[in-house]
Amino acid sequence: METLIDIVKIVTVMGILLGVVAYVVLLERRVAAAIQNRIGPNRVGWQGLLQPLADVVKLVMKEDIVPRNAHRFLHDLAPIISISIAMTTFAVIPFGDSITLFGRTIKLQIADINIGVLYILAMTSLGVYGVTLSGWSSNSKYSLLGGLRSSAQMLSYEISMGLAVIGVIMIAGSLRLDRIVEMQSGWMWNIVLQPIGFITFTVAAFAETNRHPFDLPEAEPELVGGYHTEYSGLKFGLFFLAEYSNMVVASALITTLFLGGWQIPYAAEMGLSGNLLSVLQVGAFCAKVLLLVLFFIIVRWTIPRFRYDQLMSLGWKVMLPLAILNILATGLAILLIG
Amino acid sequence: MTLIDVIFWFFAAVTLGSAAVVVFSRNIIYSAFALLFTFFGVAGFYVLLGADFIAITQLLIYVGGILVLLVFGVMLTNKVVSVDIKSGTLNAGVAMVVVSLTAGTIAGIFYATEWKTAPAEMLQPTTAGELGTMMMTSYLLPFEVASVVLLVALIGAAMVSRRDRSKQEAA
Amino acid sequence: MLEYYIPLGIMILFGIAFGIVMSKASEWFGPKNPTDVKQSTYESGMEPVKSARERVSVKYYMVAMLFIIFDIEVVFLYPWAVNFRKLGMFGFVEMFVFIAMLMVGYLYVWKKGALKWE
Repeated sequence: METLIDIVKIVTVMGILLGVVAYVVLLERRVAAAIQNRIGPNRVGWQGLLQPLADVVKLVMKEDIVPRNAHRFLHDLAPIISISIAMTTFAVIPFGDSITLFGRTIKLQIADINIGVLYILAMTSLGVYGVTLSGWSSNSKYSLLGGLRSSAQMLSYEISMGLAVIGVIMIAGSLRLDRIVEMQSGWMWNIVLQPIGFITFTVAAFAETNRHPFDLPEAEPELVGGYHTEYSGLKFGLFFLAEYSNMVVASALITTLFLGGWQIPYAAEMGLSGNLLSVLQVGAFCAKVLLLVLFFIIVRWTIPRFRYDQLMSLGWKVMLPLAILNILATGLAILLIG
Repeated sequence: MTLIDVIFWFFAAVTLGSAAVVVFSRNIIYSAFALLFTFFGVAGFYVLLGADFIAITQLLIYVGGILVLLVFGVMLTNKVVSVDIKSGTLNAGVAMVVVSLTAGTIAGIFYATEWKTAPAEMLQPTTAGELGTMMMTSYLLPFEVASVVLLVALIGAAMVSRRDRSKQEAA
Repeated sequence: MLEYYIPLGIMILFGIAFGIVMSKASEWFGPKNPTDVKQSTYESGMEPVKSARERVSVKYYMVAMLFIIFDIEVVFLYPWAVNFRKLGMFGFVEMFVFIAMLMVGYLYVWKKGALKWE
């Protein structure tokens, strides 16, 4: 029975995640169009709402081209690695408190493991394989350079990411993500207590997801398509999907760690409780995530791209010392103030 | 056979099978990738033993760091795919002696140690907390020595990069 | 504690299955008429010059090396951070020594120019 509930939860969450990701792509295109004073896709369905569906159908009907010189097996494997890591990272993020259905209390989190934060970091570090493999196995210069740049960038920023979370863990005293959310009741969100941690983590998340202004792995003027230059059809679609679901997962993670997760301030004072409150909390979580996604998108269309040496020196010479100073400052603050 | 046993044998098969590929494969790319599965199998064992912190560290450091370094090394080397790696045996006699000595030592330690065993239900849910306390109290010296080791590694890395730079300037 | 990992395992299996099915889907549904030109390596419409299997700068290797060292440091910091309130001032000083040691190495690496990307 427990396993059945788990499977239902997993299928629901994966389905919603995929749906959200598909519409985030549409959102990005519409926002980009608005920023650039264009209209954007609005023909398929009302206001273009069926566009994601049309895109998927188009990608499925495309020919799957594998270059002659490519390493066939690894070329097939790379998109699978990318998408499965992007989808499974969400497993430990709590998207709500708990809900009571048919006399059963169901926790709104797929896997409540003790080391949730570390699981996320480990999954992020595995993401390097998807890009490295696709870059190398394609046997194309653009792909190789894109893959190498991307993996070096992800490795560099992962350290700042790992260090930025430590302040949050010191405050919560736990590696469980649901415990971290519980600690942020009311307005005691970690963004208030950990402003530097929040900034370093968000910047690192931008770099980890290869989003603008750190999207050098696929800098179009230099590298055509970056590591997925030699992919077509749904395999290209999987990389695309992985990129956007990484963005959604990163937003969910920032929400959980710094923006109070599913917490609604003063919810108890307003006399809300039970299932209604749980549903509202899930809604609050989704709203926060969507706002962050919108932030990711707006940043992409307003800020110019970094140069690669600037990106590397920002990661190693600014973010890393800043994150370490933040840990020491947090330690001192906890010792002195309590 | 319970579910746990099935999972155990699954991880054992993954670990041993991929380790065999690492050793016997003639293509170094396949060796590197088989190593990925070996590391995953070992991480699975750690989870089964209740050492979840160690398991995730295994993924974070070995899979996310050291294997990436290996893969970089393999991929960035010229014409690595076309060359067959010689995996024949050299100096079989000496190797036999060394291997049996090592294996004997490990087996000796294994049988001489009085292992503390506990039923699986009694496993503590987290090991990160206890690790932190022990690191800061009973094992403080090894912990601080680890920082010296890391310092030495950093200096070594800097030396490697400097040599590369001076060579580039000469060229 | 294993029961916490079972849903995680199921989710990972589902994720992998999803990836495999999707990546095979366009092989099943898409057209198949490979031609020689279509399967050549893309190089902006030119004939590909040499192979992509060339030697690549050691800089990338350097980044991976530095990453491992700092990653180990980060992993050491986690159990300490979980217990920070319990350990108090003593733990803070111990970790300060640990971080200071690494920062010496970090400054050395910086001075040697290993962090510089050229």
